[in-house]
Amino acid sequence: MQQDSTKIPFWRDIRFLKVFFQILFVIGIILLAGILYSNMINGLSRQGIKLDWTFLNSEAGFGISEGINYDPSDSYLKAFWVGVVNTIKVSIAGICCGTIIGFFFGIARLSSNWLIQKIAAVYVECFRNIPLLLQIFFWAALIRSLPKIENSIVISDNIVFNVQGIFFPSFAPGPGFTTWLWYLLGGVILAIIVVLGFAVFRHFGGDHELQQTDRPPFTSNIIFAAKWAAAPTFIIVAIAGWFLTSEPTFAVTRPVLQRFGYVGGMNLSPEFTSVLIGLSVYTSAFIAEVVRSGIQAVVKGQREAARAVGLKESQVLSLVVIPQAIPIIVPPLTSQFLNLIKNSSLSVAIGYPELFQVGETIINQTGQTIPIFGMIMMSYLIMSLTTSAFMNWYNRRITRYGLSR
Amino acid sequence: MSENENITNNPIIVCEDVHKWFDDFHVLKGITTSFKKGEKAVICGPSGSGKSTFIRTINRLEEHQRGTIIVDGIELSNDLRNINLIRQEVGMVFQQFNLFPHLSNIKNITLGPMRVRKLSKRRAEEEALALLERMGIEDQAYKYPAEISGGQQQRVAIARALAMEPKIMLFDEPTSALDPEMISEVLDVMRELAHSGMTMLVVTHEMGFAREVADRVMFFDEGVVVEEASPADFFDNPQHDRTKLFISQTLQH
Repeated sequence: MQQDSTKIPFWRDIRFLKVFFQILFVIGIILLAGILYSNMINGLSRQGIKLDWTFLNSEAGFGISEGINYDPSDSYLKAFWVGVVNTIKVSIAGICCGTIIGFFFGIARLSSNWLIQKIAAVYVECFRNIPLLLQIFFWAALIRSLPKIENSIVISDNIVFNVQGIFFPSFAPGPGFTTWLWYLLGGVILAIIVVLGFAVFRHFGGDHELQQTDRPPFTSNIIFAAKWAAAPTFIIVAIAGWFLTSEPTFAVTRPVLQRFGYVGGMNLSPEFTSVLIGLSVYTSAFIAEVVRSGIQAVVKGQREAARAVGLKESQVLSLVVIPQAIPIIVPPLTSQFLNLIKNSSLSVAIGYPELFQVGETIINQTGQTIPIFGMIMMSYLIMSLTTSAFMNWYNRRITRYGLSR
Repeated sequence: MSENENITNNPIIVCEDVHKWFDDFHVLKGITTSFKKGEKAVICGPSGSGKSTFIRTINRLEEHQRGTIIVDGIELSNDLRNINLIRQEVGMVFQQFNLFPHLSNIKNITLGPMRVRKLSKRRAEEEALALLERMGIEDQAYKYPAEISGGQQQRVAIARALAMEPKIMLFDEPTSALDPEMISEVLDVMRELAHSGMTMLVVTHEMGFAREVADRVMFFDEGVVVEEASPADFFDNPQHDRTKLFISQTLQH
């Protein structure tokens, strides 16, 4: 019998085995999930709870201390949404503050100044080695120890500190705001006309000596015109509109003391402030280490070359080192952002009404543990995946060209 | 053979008893020498002899701990202003090229002129293109360093240093990281630069280049200048045993 070299028995064929085991694995997973699900349904029905989502439309009946417009007569779904928005709010604010503080201390830790370097090291080592929950409690206690309303600390009539939190002046659209918006719209239209006119003139008019093929493409003329003609046009119209509008376009509201406390301006509640400080300080300690390792990963020769062309130390850092450190920093930085979003659920401990806290309240009132936990998990998953998708996109954009050896 | 007609008698670099330690390791043990304007000095020696460290002290990439270095009348001290002034007058080319990988070749060249010499973008780019043409690689201007060969990268690096219009050029083993067939294209532009009258300090193992271009060859060993002479004397009539050994070993292969 002749041996056919291309004929392999299927139990030795790598191509077959690869597919076979993957199929086996998927079947196993589906079976396991099915067992768990039917078990859960049985358990729930024994407790008399039916898995159904209609409860989400019933009246919530509980108050939420802060967040978007909400009333206890609104539905559970609306209440849940208030929690989602509060989570997003504290996460975005925390990511912004944490990143800024983290970059500052990460760079400071590499400073040649002994004192700055040591202060940064102490900061990082303290805040990343104390449990976050403890830190949030600490900030909450600190804010609760701020003076009572009648003894508020007021800085230059604008910023107020007291047990109700921190108050800032804020901008609100004034009576002339809509008039000004019309000017802005006019500016946009005028700018578009200018761009098109300018681009057409540059493309078809101008230098007739040029061959048709030598002309820059029409889109490059559009970009050129947008940069040099449209932006100035829009800005001029916007500024002119600002001065031509007789009524004020923006009104500044300041915190003012009334019977039950300060009203007006922007208020950061004690809960929000403690969570925000806790999250940003804790995460910034980790970000500082990420930034430090990123900067140290840029080879020494890059700094030397930058110094050799005569750049100052600050320029060496901002023009040569940091642009090369960013692609190294971004992936671990993304992890820190995701940690921050998930850590925001610790707010439940001090009563900041975010996703998890509102969810727990709904569970207590309805007993719908499984659906609400499912919704909470899905919400965190969506927020985290969105963040990491954005960061991955950003990372791909900046790593188009390879790093130096 | 050498370019004596370009040399003036004024020293542009004066070194007096320069010492340098890396922790306990005494790298430079009292270097006293001077270089005239337009002079081309080739510095050679075994690895660890301090030759690279020496030229790196001249633009303060390495700090010297004792002695004085005066470059074009400016003393290299702890005065930040002096360090920056000297770095603007001294260009440097590295063994590993050290181009900025996140910038295109032309931006690598215009960075210094725009940020330090405060040239306009248009002016800096004109000068950069002229330099790239002089290096024979004007068609590589808008590529990135990772997209061109090692020899081309080193020529961009030379253009980057020249864009600051330096009075002195330091070369730290400029061909050591290159494939053999790319060495000559870099040596060619260095030769052209030498003929233009630039003051050059070159650390290299290219003995052919030393013989042809150098006014003086300095031999470093264990942190001291063992021997310095004109290329003819240095290669054909070395005085010290250490030099003889080095030359026989370098020229063997």
